[in-house]
Amino acid sequence: MSGNTVWVATRKGTFKIEKSGGRWRAALVGHVGTNVNYVARDPNTNRVWALLGHGHWGAKLSISDDDGATWRDNPAQIKYPEGARYIGQDMFEDQASDFGLGWKTTVRNATLLKLWIIAFGPDGAIWVGTIPGGLFESRDGGASFELNRPLWNHESRGGDLFNGEGTGETQWFGTPASEGGEFAPGIHSIAIDPRNPGRLLIAISTAGVLETSDGGRTWRSRNKGMTMDHNPDSEAEWGHDPHFIELCRDAPDHVWQQNHAGVFYSDNGAQSWRKVSAPSDGVHFGFPVTVDAHNGKVAWLVPGRSDAQRMALDGGLFVARTDDGGASWKQQRKGLPQQNAYDVVYRHALDNRDDAVAFGSTTGNLYLSEDRGESWDVVSHNLPPIYSVRFG
Amino acid sequence: MVQVNLTRHLFAFFPQLEGLTLEVEAIDVAGVVRALEARAPGIGFYLCDERGRLRPHVNIFIGNSLIRDRRNLSDPVSAGDKVSILQALSGG
Repeated sequence: MSGNTVWVATRKGTFKIEKSGGRWRAALVGHVGTNVNYVARDPNTNRVWALLGHGHWGAKLSISDDDGATWRDNPAQIKYPEGARYIGQDMFEDQASDFGLGWKTTVRNATLLKLWIIAFGPDGAIWVGTIPGGLFESRDGGASFELNRPLWNHESRGGDLFNGEGTGETQWFGTPASEGGEFAPGIHSIAIDPRNPGRLLIAISTAGVLETSDGGRTWRSRNKGMTMDHNPDSEAEWGHDPHFIELCRDAPDHVWQQNHAGVFYSDNGAQSWRKVSAPSDGVHFGFPVTVDAHNGKVAWLVPGRSDAQRMALDGGLFVARTDDGGASWKQQRKGLPQQNAYDVVYRHALDNRDDAVAFGSTTGNLYLSEDRGESWDVVSHNLPPIYSVRFG
Repeated sequence: MVQVNLTRHLFAFFPQLEGLTLEVEAIDVAGVVRALEARAPGIGFYLCDERGRLRPHVNIFIGNSLIRDRRNLSDPVSAGDKVSILQALSGG
């Protein structure tokens, strides 16, 4: 029963959460001491995939075919091909500048800096999002992976640097989320349309949302209606910072986005977005969002105070749920700490399955609700910092 | 033959190497890594990135001296050399 298992990726290993004797219990099942960015089960094969970030030894794909009892490195690892380059921005000391610092663009050779997200399609399709902004695809269930070159060479990124110098300009900026701290773009969201597995939405920090409807051969921006407050042109095509996007399984035109600049919702497959932040209800800033599998108007968030104060609002933790496409929000606090709570919930650390909702925080707290967020139980207060929470 | 000492940390990922006296034929450090890869497939990508550069927090010594060429691993090795592959202490 997939709804009875939750996979939790943490700073110190992979945990499996199962219900036994009427209680949810956490067990450390792999990658002890290792930074685990993301763990999820491929529903087509039952294989569990973990995206690791070894401090010394680089990023690795790890797999388990026995429900997490044993793990091994996937024989095919993600590697950027020879000649993969990208335009990066570096800060440098500039005596001519009034501020003493300037930015310059440099062309960098791409190597894998972080495995961030994995998504599973039918017929052996697996997609992996990475830093520095490469999307890798497998058509054979993970026996081999290749860089998606149309996205890598996209005009928004400066064109084809495999076979020339491109345009010299990029609209993709960075995130400091790579393990080494290098500032480079990162793909953290991959949403596959169940009606058409050749149609994907991806989200990038910091660039925005892109869509392919031909299996990754061509890509277009899907940022119409999105706004930002870190650019004088608040409606520019690029430069957006989606924190996470997810679509509704049974109504895939309903897409939700927790963005740096607020909460956005689309009911037309991301052709256009509508801002549905509700600051008076505490709904604006945050990282994760999860959408009900059946009703695309139902979504959950775990808001934070703001980008300047990445913490729970006024020391009280709550989940916000909408049942009407963001027209109204309900704060769900029962069972969650309402004093001295400073939990931050990262972009992959909130999920729902049937009536269950679960989330984990950077302070190692794991909470689970079996009534759609109306009330919450604590699974553990003492886990390592939590990076992802996924039913499956 | 070149004798290779690995940090114990790596045995967690490549237990087949634990307890062995590791001796390889090589004329440079890149050759040492290739020889290790042949015995323990995947270890090369633990030590080096996909461009063949030594990872930032990995150190290789020949005798007591750090190698100089972290980009191409061209430092020569000779029969009887002891090569140590260790994780760097990067703080903490």
